[in-house]
Amino acid sequence: MSMARPLMLEGHALSCIRDDRVLFSELAFQVRNRQVLLLEGRNGSGKTSLLRILCGFREPDAGEVRWCGELITDVQYRMDMAYIGHLEGIKKELTVLENLKVALALAQAGTCSIQEALARVQLAGFDDVPAQALSAGQKRRLSLARLLMTHNALWILDEPFTALDKQGITLIEQLMMEHCDQGGMIVLTSHHELNLPTVDVQRIRLS
Amino acid sequence: MSLTAAFFAIIRRDLILALRRRSEIANPLFFFVLVITLFPLGVGAKPHLLQTIAPGIIWVSALLAAMLSLDSLFRSDFDDGSLEQLLLSPHPVSVLILGKVFAHWLVTGLPLLLVAPLLAVFLGMPTGSLGILLLTLLLGTPVLSLIGAIGVALTVGLRRGGMILSLLVLPLYVPVLIFASNAVAMAASGLPVGPQLNILIAILLMALTLAPWPTAAALKMSVS
Repeated sequence: MSMARPLMLEGHALSCIRDDRVLFSELAFQVRNRQVLLLEGRNGSGKTSLLRILCGFREPDAGEVRWCGELITDVQYRMDMAYIGHLEGIKKELTVLENLKVALALAQAGTCSIQEALARVQLAGFDDVPAQALSAGQKRRLSLARLLMTHNALWILDEPFTALDKQGITLIEQLMMEHCDQGGMIVLTSHHELNLPTVDVQRIRLS
Repeated sequence: MSLTAAFFAIIRRDLILALRRRSEIANPLFFFVLVITLFPLGVGAKPHLLQTIAPGIIWVSALLAAMLSLDSLFRSDFDDGSLEQLLLSPHPVSVLILGKVFAHWLVTGLPLLLVAPLLAVFLGMPTGSLGILLLTLLLGTPVLSLIGAIGVALTVGLRRGGMILSLLVLPLYVPVLIFASNAVAMAASGLPVGPQLNILIAILLMALTLAPWPTAAALKMSVS
């Protein structure tokens, strides 16, 4: 897997204005392989807006985001990144397996098979369960299975710990550490205190 | 990962979804049948009048049924975040959207084609023009879905986009309506319909090649 190649996500002088309110301005950062960028701040401080700018859903009001030197409108960026937002992108009428198969068809296959990914998020045996029968925490874990089975180096996660129990939180932290150990990188927002001892965590506080 | 696999995966997914929420298929079809069956009751027992206005009735009902079904095209994807994932796919979004529109047409447009001959006979249309009616529906309803997709993509982020959607889309539907119903009326009186069909084919090809791009761009705007 090409994960070991040196990668870098850079933000240059980013600003975001929403409803005549400056959420942030002149924001700059660099994230490299094996690093985590944690965005902190109150509700409404622009964390999600920043993540959506990083995904390319929103244009920054000033500045630019670059992936390995190229603008993020480049198709390479979409091959290398994966995003889980407030909305998980799970079809409730489809079964767990059907959901993952569609996700796999839309992205590049990773090293992990669907079954392995399900086993790692502790959803093995749930293949034929309709997604609407899953609990909120199980749905979160299903969306994480999507990260594991597709090829991606950059994870962008919006509040990944919501709706998860203690075990679920430990599980995600472990998956995040493994991802970084393999050369990946993560940008996330969280109100939960991160416990990632082996990883270099940068913090940006939005106010 | 191949583009064709992604294209068919989208179609397959949307067909399975449609099968699991059947009202989506049934609603436009029910509307279509209902409007057409009500016309003879309203107009009264005047077979000649019905026969003359039948092409128009069938086409206007098909057009309204298509509009009625448009909202379901992107609504649930927008609400559950699947649309975001679709836009983040490395594949060209316009091709994936073409897959979605095709699945939507199979679910909402094709059933109209299947019941149309029955309703045409019901309105007393000469059997000779049934073939042309089906042909115009086959060429015209995909255009309704493709053009409608642009409108829905623009309005899916709005809370009450229904009215704006009809204002945006209806004017663009008018050429299809004119040429299609005219072709059927001409065929009913035994006249050649080559030019109308050619124009419908041209409109379909244009919509197929041009509509997915603005739809993709509009969807990107709607999620921002």
